[in-house]
Amino acid sequence: MNEQQQTLWQFMAQQSDKLLTQTLQHIGLTFISLIIAVLVGLPLGILIARKRKLSGSILGVAGVLQTIPSIALLGFMIPLLGIGAKPAIVALLLYALLPIIRNTYTGITGVDGAVKEAAVAMGMSKRQVLFKVELPLAMPVILAGIRTATVINVGVATLASYIAAGGLGEFIFGGISLNNTNMILAGAIPAALLAILFDSLLSMLQHLNLKKLKVAAKVLPVLIIVMACFYFIPSAYGSKLTAGFTPEFMGRQDGNLGLRSKYGLKIHTIVISDAVMYKACFEKELDVISGYSTDGRLKAYDLVVLDDNKKIFPPYYAAPIVRDDALKKFPDLEKTLNMLSGKINDSVMTDLNYRTDYLHQSPERVAKDFLTAHNLYQPERGGNAGIVRIGSKIFGEQYILASMYTMLIKGYTDYDVATKTGLGGTKICFDALTNNQIDLYPEYTGTGLLAILQPQQKAIDALEGDRDKTYNYVKNEFENRYQIKWLQPIGFNNAYALMMRKKQAADLGVKTISDLKQYLERK
Amino acid sequence: MIKVDHLSKSFGKTKAVDHISFEVNEGENLILLGTSGCGKTTTLKMINRLIEPTAGKIFINGRDIMEQSPEALRRGIGYVLQNNGLFPHYTVAENIAIVPQLLKWDDKQIKHRVSELLEKLHLDKKYLNVYPNELSGGQQQRVGLARALVADPPVLLMDEPFAALDNVTRSKIHAEFKELDELKRKTIIMVTHDVQEAFELGDRICLMDKGRIIQNGTPAELLFKPANAFIKDFLKEQRLQLEFKAIKPPPPSEGGTFELQGVAFPADASLWFMLERLQFTKNENIAILDHERKKVGTLGFEELMSAFYQYKKHQPHE
Repeated sequence: MNEQQQTLWQFMAQQSDKLLTQTLQHIGLTFISLIIAVLVGLPLGILIARKRKLSGSILGVAGVLQTIPSIALLGFMIPLLGIGAKPAIVALLLYALLPIIRNTYTGITGVDGAVKEAAVAMGMSKRQVLFKVELPLAMPVILAGIRTATVINVGVATLASYIAAGGLGEFIFGGISLNNTNMILAGAIPAALLAILFDSLLSMLQHLNLKKLKVAAKVLPVLIIVMACFYFIPSAYGSKLTAGFTPEFMGRQDGNLGLRSKYGLKIHTIVISDAVMYKACFEKELDVISGYSTDGRLKAYDLVVLDDNKKIFPPYYAAPIVRDDALKKFPDLEKTLNMLSGKINDSVMTDLNYRTDYLHQSPERVAKDFLTAHNLYQPERGGNAGIVRIGSKIFGEQYILASMYTMLIKGYTDYDVATKTGLGGTKICFDALTNNQIDLYPEYTGTGLLAILQPQQKAIDALEGDRDKTYNYVKNEFENRYQIKWLQPIGFNNAYALMMRKKQAADLGVKTISDLKQYLERK
Repeated sequence: MIKVDHLSKSFGKTKAVDHISFEVNEGENLILLGTSGCGKTTTLKMINRLIEPTAGKIFINGRDIMEQSPEALRRGIGYVLQNNGLFPHYTVAENIAIVPQLLKWDDKQIKHRVSELLEKLHLDKKYLNVYPNELSGGQQQRVGLARALVADPPVLLMDEPFAALDNVTRSKIHAEFKELDELKRKTIIMVTHDVQEAFELGDRICLMDKGRIIQNGTPAELLFKPANAFIKDFLKEQRLQLEFKAIKPPPPSEGGTFELQGVAFPADASLWFMLERLQFTKNENIAILDHERKKVGTLGFEELMSAFYQYKKHQPHE
């Protein structure tokens, strides 16, 4: 397909407006949080330099904040602050705090005691000692802290796209989901360049001589505030409803691109991780989301699927895909994996997902309950005739399927199992499979077709969105291109779907995607 | 001028300064002498309230120092530190101008005063706009002194001001220090552990040990009328040199001066000071002038040595 041969440069030129928006958002997010971090961190650093007894506890708390994984921290923010810029800025701010507080503290306590004593003995007040002596002399160290914080922020800000705060993460995570290297690079390279640029600018500042530093100390705050304003430039447009789409959905022909070209749907869209999307919709932060039709949260949050009346979402029937050499190595594997074939339909899968996503039962328990209820469960044999490596993507359904396969293989064969669950996206999973890092993972026909094979539009149209035609097409193509086998479908169809809150959809009279378009175009 | 009354300072259970009392007269140069940890620096820092006393009182010109704010008090007292404590981010001129800035002098006045002091302290004008780290140790210490003197405070506190300097620079600065007219009017309290320095610069010496004053007197009194064995022991090393520094030739008549090659000596110059000066002249003696600058006598090696001998003979315990 021609898009595949496109160079990175072409991609960036084609997407230049998006790239600019994301870059400005990225810079904005970095500097808004930096300003607040300085406003909070600097006084705290000064405080603990005065009252040393507090230094242990305050540096301790800031240190603990630093160790929380960034995605987890963003997750904590959602119940408190919702989605969008607010939680992202708070999370970034918390990461930036430690270096600023610590360097302010170290800088001030490191000022030569004789100089401080001279300042006091000269008759300076505490304020004068702080502003005329301690802060100016600690400035290089404080600037080093701000520099560290800036670089951390540029990095962590890529994750802001998970909670709909924008930034270059949209390209990076979209690219990972879509198996589009150009897209990943279009996000990653500018992000890296930003980090290098800010780092070297601040490093220059840090090594300025004393006189120029006085000027710089006045210019810098203005500059940072200007940078921070970048964030607000791109978001100066609106619409009646707000949609939240995953980075993957944004870039797909059977996603947002199709919505635009086939339906002509124009809606104010923000990019968000699917981990928080449903909840955000339930809490009325979002009105329309791009969900999966078997997602348990559909049930939990009382959402309704809009009818895809123009058939842009192709079928997504799940089936395990296995490398041919793994099937040869483990002769009993295919038979065992196929035991699940035809056992799970859409509503069963939705229910299983509901139990993990909403009732918070463990995927292992849900898998075991299901297998037991269908008389498929057998205790482990404890065999050691080789280890089968099972992968899964990073959502509940895949965990459940991976657990079921694990139990079946351990119960019916003499193989042992190693699981590598939670691989973050199609590209990562598929690369792991082709590079012999895992032996199998559950994949969907639609994903195989559109994200991995990426055939010409004509070939896609020829399949007419038909279940069996699609399955056969991907099965043959995978065998030819990658020597990977699609086993029998499990039964359910986890297709993309647009969803709204049941009540809102009823109030607005929206049942199909065409209805939604008409509602949006109405005055 | 300065009266210290039953002053004590404890840090936790240790008594750094233990009930000491002394007075310093106007224009006098008092040395607090002692080994490390004897309480001399603590005593000094209580006078400008860098350290607050546990008990006792300090009066400057009859006024309790606790009555004014510490900032106002300190702006009226010059302070020189051992490691000069110059602000590394200020130029020499800015460093000297700190107190006038705090006192809100106008710029012209500050500029005038700074260049005046620079000249008196033998510092070239080209140093005005350089930063302290570009100066030598001796130059830095001079700038530190200028900074303390700039607002012409009546009182000057000096905490081991010359301790960080090498011997050559130190004796050069000692000489300048004694001749600087700015300092002659000042009441100075200086802390040192260097006995030679104390004898050279001090009008009176307070010898301290373990937070107490062991003896308070002129250099000659400490040498020839030591209060106890501790003092005697303390001054044992290089005793001869100390004696020469403590003993003074008979002063000239009222209003008269000593002069050598047209350079006037202080009226209270020691034998050591005079012998040192004579060392560099050939066959010339120190002239004794009366109040009308008429030559009434001379002092040469022989006269000075005989003055030393005379003085020693009158000391009962020697």
